[in-house]
Amino acid sequence: MAESTGDLGPVEYIQHHLTNLSVPPAVDGKVDFWTFHIDTFLFAAGLAVLVGWAAKKVGDHLDPDKPTGLQNFLEILLEFVEQQVKDAFVGYNPLIGPLAFTLFVWIFLMNAMDLVPVDLLPWLASFIGIHYLKVVPTANLDTPLALAGSVFALIIFYNIKVKSGLGFVKMFLFHPFAAGNIIAKILLIPVNIVMTIVEELAKPVSMGLRLFGNMFAGELIFILIALLPWWIQWLPGGAWAIFHVLIITLQAFIFMLLTIVYLSLAHQSMDEGH
Amino acid sequence: MNITVTLFGQILTFVVLVAFVWRVLWGPMTQMMEARRVRIADGLAAAERGKHDLELAERRAAERLREAKQDAADIVAVAGKRGNEIIEEAKEQAQIEGERQLAVAISEIEQESNRAREDLRRHFGNLVLATAEKILEREIDAPTHSEFINKMVKKL
Repeated sequence: MAESTGDLGPVEYIQHHLTNLSVPPAVDGKVDFWTFHIDTFLFAAGLAVLVGWAAKKVGDHLDPDKPTGLQNFLEILLEFVEQQVKDAFVGYNPLIGPLAFTLFVWIFLMNAMDLVPVDLLPWLASFIGIHYLKVVPTANLDTPLALAGSVFALIIFYNIKVKSGLGFVKMFLFHPFAAGNIIAKILLIPVNIVMTIVEELAKPVSMGLRLFGNMFAGELIFILIALLPWWIQWLPGGAWAIFHVLIITLQAFIFMLLTIVYLSLAHQSMDEGH
Repeated sequence: MNITVTLFGQILTFVVLVAFVWRVLWGPMTQMMEARRVRIADGLAAAERGKHDLELAERRAAERLREAKQDAADIVAVAGKRGNEIIEEAKEQAQIEGERQLAVAISEIEQESNRAREDLRRHFGNLVLATAEKILEREIDAPTHSEFINKMVKKL
């Protein structure tokens, strides 16, 4: 809403919208490492509680004969995720299913906060004295990197668990470039170490930044649309919202699928994997 | 945009959420769905078996029905034969009884007629004697002539 920018200019309006509610408060939009983004954390936690509540509600009253409403929906979702795990994950690990399921549902819900009118929640918050509010947790770099980092930790954990510590080291030394004779092998070691480190680090970074970039850009476009005159906003706003439904689902799905694929790679020993 | 300590908060939330969803939803629900899959498979197998059993039972029932019909026909035939026999026997017995009764009747009639003849004879003798007495008042002495009269009566 153009009116809501009030006395702010467009640049200030945008900057205002891109500032988190934090402890300690941001100074000129700049924060240091020890800043805690209350809004990001609380919205993410709130949605986590929502997921947990739904899970508890359905899980406690599972009815195999007459599944209704939410149980049906969750069953469909669960079967969908289970199918993805079956298709993409080689081997067996009971953690992958719930992990992928939680990622998909939680990221989807956090992304979906983008569809709430961009000024609505900050406007409501302003009545209780909160001046900054960013409602999309995944449009804050911390959340996508937290998720990607957790997955990265699991990747390393399972790499070591499956390949053993020595195998994990070997992966850095003799991969991706393998050679026949011993001299060539030794010569390739520095290259391999660099390549493998890049390869492994690219996984969480690309996962996290992809999600963050998409959601941040999406939010920014909603903010830009909100700067238009009120009588035209419905057109680009509606179009972008409809398109954004696709993006938030797709990003949640990609994040989930990449998690499954990366963890599947981590579960393969060197000989069969490469 | 920097990385901040919020990251660790999010990791913590994430770990708790995964553990919770796993424990509360994923675990029970996959188990329940697996159990349901097994039950549905069993149910379908049971239905198949039931259909097969029904077929067998129908075949057996038809067999039994045919047997029963055969038995019934046999019984009817035997009964008919026996009925005829009974009728024949009854006829025979009736004939015999009839003949016997006829014979009894005839003998009774004979007896009656003999008795009647005897009575008649006696009455007639007495009558003749009385008549003769009246006619020959004095000349006939009953004891003397009774022998003669009896002879006469016997001749009648």
